[in-house]
Amino acid sequence: MATSSLPKADLTSSGRPVFLPNEIECSILSSVDLECDDIPNFPLLKSGLLILTTHRLLWLPDNNPSSSAAAAAAAVALPLSFVTHIFSTKKSVKTLFHSPRVRFQASLDPSKSVVMTAVMRGKGDTDAFLAKFWENWRARAWENDVQTQTQAQTAVGSSSVSGSGPASGSGGFYTREGAVRMVGVSGILRKEQEMWESTDKSLQEAFQDLNALMSKAKEMVILAEKMRQKLLSGSSSKSSATNDDEVGSKEEMQDWMLSVGIVSPVTKESAGALYHQQLSRQLADYVRIPLERAGGMINLIDVYCLFNRARGTELISPDDLLRACSLWEKFDVPVMLRKFDSGVMVIQNKSHSDEEVFARIKALVTNPDTLRTGISASDAAMTLGIAPGMAKEHLLTAESKGLLCRDISPDGFRFYVNLFPEISTDDVYLVKDYGIYNTWVRVASASRLE
Amino acid sequence: MQKLGDFKLPHFFNYPPYFTLQPVRDTREKQVQLWKDLILDYCRTQKIFVIGLEEEDFALFSNPVIERSLSHEARAAFLSALVSEGRAEWLDKGHRKCLILWHRVQDWADIIFRFVKDNGLEDSVMTVEEIRSGIESRGTELHGIDRTILMRALRVLEQKGKLAIFKGTSADDEGVKFSM
Repeated sequence: MATSSLPKADLTSSGRPVFLPNEIECSILSSVDLECDDIPNFPLLKSGLLILTTHRLLWLPDNNPSSSAAAAAAAVALPLSFVTHIFSTKKSVKTLFHSPRVRFQASLDPSKSVVMTAVMRGKGDTDAFLAKFWENWRARAWENDVQTQTQAQTAVGSSSVSGSGPASGSGGFYTREGAVRMVGVSGILRKEQEMWESTDKSLQEAFQDLNALMSKAKEMVILAEKMRQKLLSGSSSKSSATNDDEVGSKEEMQDWMLSVGIVSPVTKESAGALYHQQLSRQLADYVRIPLERAGGMINLIDVYCLFNRARGTELISPDDLLRACSLWEKFDVPVMLRKFDSGVMVIQNKSHSDEEVFARIKALVTNPDTLRTGISASDAAMTLGIAPGMAKEHLLTAESKGLLCRDISPDGFRFYVNLFPEISTDDVYLVKDYGIYNTWVRVASASRLE
Repeated sequence: MQKLGDFKLPHFFNYPPYFTLQPVRDTREKQVQLWKDLILDYCRTQKIFVIGLEEEDFALFSNPVIERSLSHEARAAFLSALVSEGRAEWLDKGHRKCLILWHRVQDWADIIFRFVKDNGLEDSVMTVEEIRSGIESRGTELHGIDRTILMRALRVLEQKGKLAIFKGTSADDEGVKFSM
């Protein structure tokens, strides 16, 4: 008589099965009898817990003390690798009245093959169980264990932890299609790995495009340069009769090229040691138009963005920009770099006059409305036609000159015309018949009567 | 003209920047000057001797008409300016309460001197409490004077030999013997 009995299943102190590495629990059914007519003295495995995992079929005794028969049985585990065939259920009149059964063939030792039956006396979904049983058996997860051994050991502390997911989880490491299923912590890691790989690939592809773009841009620059040379040489060799035409088209050309951007960017290669000097001059040329549009003063950060965008390639660093601006002092260019007390740096026309701005601010802040309510930086920006950041700098400068006073309140940060000089300390109730204080008093009292 | 109680407020009390501590030096100096004078004026007419920095009951520090109020920093700045000038004293280390000397201590001493002379009290004895709340004091500036200030002024006169301060029968009242 062959002592072909099922291998014992190890249990934890709380009665949970000890899982193998990479083994994942997939299905649990209760009140299941496990029978095997082909094995004599097959233990009585009645009304236990049937657990399907990726690697084994486990039967655990029910811990209910009332079923004394079951208490005598010990937990057993049938490796799925022993399973040789799973029978499909035949729906017949008989099966309607009986408890569902799952029958399968297994070889507990190489010579003998036995048929076992799991009788589902509980409420579980037998068909689903059967389907998963098939899946797991076909998936043959145990065969991949050797390959993934090292991975799993580092990734998963205890596979029993990962396996204790919902009972009706996925059917194992591999889907029927053979793609790797994402389960457990190793699944998460695998997913990350795949994501990283695909990102890497798409980055490489993107840079291919960029390289292509850059080579095209270089070609464009060369083309434009050639045309420019042609124009220059053309105008010097023709007779004066056709000069006007030439000059006209040459200007046209230059305008067109300027609108596209810088024709030939000054690069460290082309200018070498004179890089910063040439850059400085080019910057001075370029910044003329944006400066006009911005009302005579632009924030250095804005210049940095605009200039680099115009260059397209061979971008300059903020440091280069700063150095280029500082060099203006040495040349005779109509622009200058200016640093405000607040630390804000701007480029402004040398012809820009603070006095002119102050005059405009004063006019703004002494009309009947603004006498009462003051102005904010955005009000000033709108009226003066400049950026709000610039407007604030102007207002602060005007304040430091004694032209304005600040008013900080929950309403915000506002500026009023400075009345303090006109208030007399000898007689605080005195209001002269003239002057801005007089106007303010009248306007302020009038508004309160409304 | 706007009023705070029966105190006539100057026009610039409605000028919002007046309630924001100005950073520019010249402007700040003017602002501080105006506040110092206004505080002293107000305290004198309202007979306020102590200003609590954090309390809301010193009405001068806010103007509900323009919805502005002096920040804690501003209040401390103006009161400190008064202290530097000798027109105020901090009563505590935390600078939470300030004693306002809208009359200097010497001025108070002069007022007491005149008071004594006017009422023919040159050789009499009075309690300190009587000086500040007695019938004779009614209608004079001495009426309701802060006790701390009164004691200081009396001590100034005592040093000049014009009077003598002595402890009274009850623990909390002292007496003064005039000898002017």
